[in-house]
Amino acid sequence: MDTLDLARWQFAITTVYHFFFVPVTISLVAITAGLQTAWYRTGKDKDLRLTKFYGKLFLINIAMGVVTGIVQEFQFGMNWSDYSRFVGDVFGGPLALEGLLAFFFESTFIGLWIFGWDRLPKKVHLACIWMVVLGTQLSAYFILAANSWMQNPVGFRYNAERGRAELTDFWAVLTNKVVLVTYPHTIFAAFLVGGAFVAGVAVWHLVRRPGVDVPAFRTALRLGAVVVLVAGAGVALSGDQQGKVMTEVQPMKMAAAEALYESEKPAAFSIFTVGSLDGSREIYSVKVPYLLSFLANGDFDSEVKGINSLQQAYEQLYGPGSYKPNIPLTYWTFRLMIGVGMTSVALALLLLWATRRGRAPDRRLVWLALPLPLLPLVANTFGWIFTETGRQPWLVFGLLPTSAGVSPGTTTTEILISMIGFLLLYGALAVVEVKLMFRAIRAGLAGVAPEPDTPPEPDDSGKPLSFAY
Amino acid sequence: MELTTVWFLVIAFFWIGYFVLEGFDFGVGMLVRVLGRDEPERRAAITTIGPVWDGNEVWLIVAGATTFAAFPEWYASLFSGFYLPLFAIVVSLILRGVAIEYRGKRDDLLWRGRMDTLITVGSLVPALLWGITFANLVRGVPLDASHEFVGSLGSLLNPFALLGGVTLTALFVAHGAIFLALKTTGELRERANRLASVCGLAAGVLAVGFLTWAHGQRGDLWSTVLAVGAAGALVAGLVANRMRREGWAFVGTTVAIGLAVASLFVAMFPAVMPSSLDPAWSLNTVNAASSPYSLKVLTVIAAISTPLVLLYQGWTYWVFRKRVTVAVS
Ligand code: HDD
Ligand code: HEM
Ligand code: HEM
Repeated sequence: MDTLDLARWQFAITTVYHFFFVPVTISLVAITAGLQTAWYRTGKDKDLRLTKFYGKLFLINIAMGVVTGIVQEFQFGMNWSDYSRFVGDVFGGPLALEGLLAFFFESTFIGLWIFGWDRLPKKVHLACIWMVVLGTQLSAYFILAANSWMQNPVGFRYNAERGRAELTDFWAVLTNKVVLVTYPHTIFAAFLVGGAFVAGVAVWHLVRRPGVDVPAFRTALRLGAVVVLVAGAGVALSGDQQGKVMTEVQPMKMAAAEALYESEKPAAFSIFTVGSLDGSREIYSVKVPYLLSFLANGDFDSEVKGINSLQQAYEQLYGPGSYKPNIPLTYWTFRLMIGVGMTSVALALLLLWATRRGRAPDRRLVWLALPLPLLPLVANTFGWIFTETGRQPWLVFGLLPTSAGVSPGTTTTEILISMIGFLLLYGALAVVEVKLMFRAIRAGLAGVAPEPDTPPEPDDSGKPLSFAY
Repeated sequence: MELTTVWFLVIAFFWIGYFVLEGFDFGVGMLVRVLGRDEPERRAAITTIGPVWDGNEVWLIVAGATTFAAFPEWYASLFSGFYLPLFAIVVSLILRGVAIEYRGKRDDLLWRGRMDTLITVGSLVPALLWGITFANLVRGVPLDASHEFVGSLGSLLNPFALLGGVTLTALFVAHGAIFLALKTTGELRERANRLASVCGLAAGVLAVGFLTWAHGQRGDLWSTVLAVGAAGALVAGLVANRMRREGWAFVGTTVAIGLAVASLFVAMFPAVMPSSLDPAWSLNTVNAASSPYSLKVLTVIAAISTPLVLLYQGWTYWVFRKRVTVAVS
C-alpha cells in the first residue's frame, strides 16, 4: 500500500467512526431537551427522571463524538495537505464558522448544563440544553456545506497561477443545492437512530424489569417509536429529493448506485441482483419497473444515463482515464442504506402495535432492543460510504482527483504509525464506551431529590455535584 | 492594516487564548495525582476544570480551523510537517478527554485511579509537544521551495525546542497550581499555593532562558519588549501568590503566558513558518494567505462571533466562580 491508499483507509475509518457518535448526539440531545421541557411544564417526577437517564446516556456518547472530531480536523492537514492547499480558500469558511459558532456553543453550554443542575434557575438551565441542540444543528449544517461543496463545487473560481479554488460567493456555498437536501436527510437519519435508541432501551427495561418504572418507560418507548416513524418518513422524502439533485450534479453516482451500464428509458430499479456486477452477466434480479426513472428525475418515463455513456462524456471533458467509482460497493451500500434503515421503521411500528392501549410488550420483543438502534446506525454508515465512494475518483468533483490531494511529504511509515495507533485506540475506546453504556442502561432511572427552584445559598456550593464527575 | 496582517493577529489571538485557557486545565490535569491525596480531593481538583475544559479545547479547534481558512498553505505545511508530534498530541487529547468525562461514571477507586493517570499523561504530553512545536516554528524548519517540510522527526527534537517544551510545561504547571489555589479551599488550597511558588520560580528561570535564546535568534525590539513583559508579569504573579492574593496571581500567570506566546508570534512576523534552508522559501502572511474576498468573509464571521464567544464563555466562569470544597468522605 502506498501513502494514498493508507491515507484513504485512515480517512474512511476515522470518519465513519466519528459518525457512529454524531447521529446519536444530534438526536439524543434534542430528545433529552424535549423531555426536560416536558418536565419544566408539567413538573412530573417521571419526566425529570427520564431527562436525567437519557441525558446521562447522551453525555457518555458525546464525549466520544468530541474527541474523535479533533482527529477529523487535524487529518486534513496531516494526510491531505495538497487537498488543504487546494480547497482551504473555500472550505475554510464553513469550517471556521463551525468552530466559532457551533463548537463553542456546544462545549460551553454543555458544561453549564452538566454542572448547572442546582446552580442555575430552572429556566436558564433548560435554555442551556436547547443551546446545545442549536450548536449540534449548526455544526451539522456547516460541515455538510463543506462536504456538499466537494460533491458540487459552487461559488468559486479556479486560480491557475496558485493552483487552487478561490471563493467568489460565500452565500452560494452555504446555499448549495446539495447541502439543502443533504442536511435534512442527514438530520432525519440521525433522528431515526436516536428514536430507535430511546425505544430500544425502554423495551429492554419493560421486559427485563417488569413492574419497575413502567409508566416512565412506556412513555419513552412510545416517544422513541413515534420519532422513528416521523424520521423514517422524513428520510424517505428527503432521500427522494437527494436522488434527483444527485442525478443532476453527479449522474455517474446515480448510474453506479444502480450498476446501470447502458442508458435506459424508462429505467427500472433492482431490489437486488445476483450476478456479475461488472455488467457482463445478470443471473437473477428482482426489478421494479419505472422506479429508477422516478427516483432520478421525478418522471416515470424519463431516461437514466448509463455508466458507459457517462464514461465517454467524461473522457471528452476531463481527458483519458476511468471515471467510474467502485460499482459493487456503490450498488450494495445504496440498497443496504435504504433496506437496513427502513427495517428499523418496521420494527418501531411493531413495537407501537404491541404496546397499544396500555398493553405490556410481549417478552420476546426484548430481542428487538439491540437491533432496533443498530440498524439505522449501520444504515447511516452505508449511506456515507455510498456518498463518498460514489464521488470517486474525485475528491472535489470535476476539479481535484483524490490522488492529487494526499500530502506529498508524508511517509508511509508515518501514516502506518498513526493508522495503527488510531485502530488500537479506537478499538479500546469502543469497548469502554459500550460497557459504560450498558452499565448506565442497566442501572435504570435514578431516584431524584426535590429540585430547588432558585439557586441555592452560597454556602451550599460545596456539596458534591449529583450529576457530574 | 492589511487583511493578511489582521488575520495573522486573529490567529495569534486564538493560539494565545488556547494556551492561556487550556494551560491551566493542563496544569490541573498534571497535578491531580500530585496535589490530590485522596479520591475526594482529586475529584474536587477535576471539578474545578469540569465545566470549562471542553470549551477551552475548542480554542485549539478554532485556531486550527481559522489557520486552514485564512492561511491554507500554513495549515498544510504545519500539520503535515509536524506529523508525529501532532499525532501524539491528538492521541493524548483523546485519552484525556475521555478520562475526564468517564472517571465519575463508575463508582470504583481502581477505575478512577486509572483515569487520573490518563489525565496526568494526557495533559503532560501535549504541553511538552506544543512547546516543542512552537519553539521549532520560531527557530525555522526545513521547508523546500514548494513549502514542503523536508526534515525528520530528529531535527524537531533539538535542544532549543526541548527547552521550549519544558518551559511551556513548567509554566502550565504553575498556572494550574495557582488556578487550583484560587478555586479550592482547605488543605488542597494550601498545598496548591505552596507548589505554585516553587514551580513558578522554576518556570520563571526556564522562561527567561528560553525567551533570551529565542529572541536572540529571531527577535526584534518589539518581540523582546513583550518577552520582558512576560517575565515581569510572572514575577508579579508569584509575589501576589505569596501574599495569598490568588486572583491577582492568576492574572499574573495569564498575562505571562499570553505575552510569552505573543512575543514568539511577533518574532516570526511577517513569516509564519520561516524556512531554515533558505529565507526565500519561508511561508509568510502574504504567500500563505487566502484570497482577499475569502479573508473579507472570514473577517465578518470573526467580528460577529468572537465577541459573542467571549461573552458567554466569560459568563460560564462567572456562574462557576465559587470555590469547590472537598467533600467529606
Ligand atoms: C438511517 C439511515 C438512512 C436511511 C433509512 C436512508 N438514508 Fe439515504 N443517506 C443516509 C442515511 C439514510 C446518510 C448516511 O445520512 C447519507 C450519506 C450522505 C447524506 O447526505 O446522507 C445518505 C445519502 C443518500 C443519498 C446520496 C446523496 C449524495 O451522494 O449526494 C441518496 C440519493 C439517498 N441517501 C437516498 C435515500 C433514499 C431514497 C432513501 C429511502 C427511503 C434513503 N436514502 C434512506
Ligand atoms: C461524517 C460523515 C462522513 C463519512 C462517514 C464519510 C466517509 C468517507 C469515506 C468512507 C471515504 C472513503 C472514500 C474512498 O476512499 O473511496 C471518504 C472520503 C473522503 N471524505 Fe468523507 N465522509 C463523511 C463526511 C465528510 C465530510 C463532512 C467531509 C469534508 C468536510 C469529508 C471529506 C472527505 C475527504 C477529503 C475524503 C477523501 C479521502 C478519500 O477519498 O479516501 N467527508 N469519506
Ligand atoms: C470529516 C469532517 C468532519 C470534521 C472535520 C469534524 C470535526 C469535528 C470536531 C473537531 C468535533 C469536536 C467538537 C468539540 O470539541 O466540541 C466534532 C464533533 C461533532 N461533529 Fe464532527 N466533524 C466532521 C464530520 C461531521 C459530520 C458530517 C457531522 C454531521 C452531520 C458532524 C457533526 C458533529 C457533531 C454534532 C459534533 C458534536 C459532538 C458529537 O458529535 O458527539 N461531524 N466534529
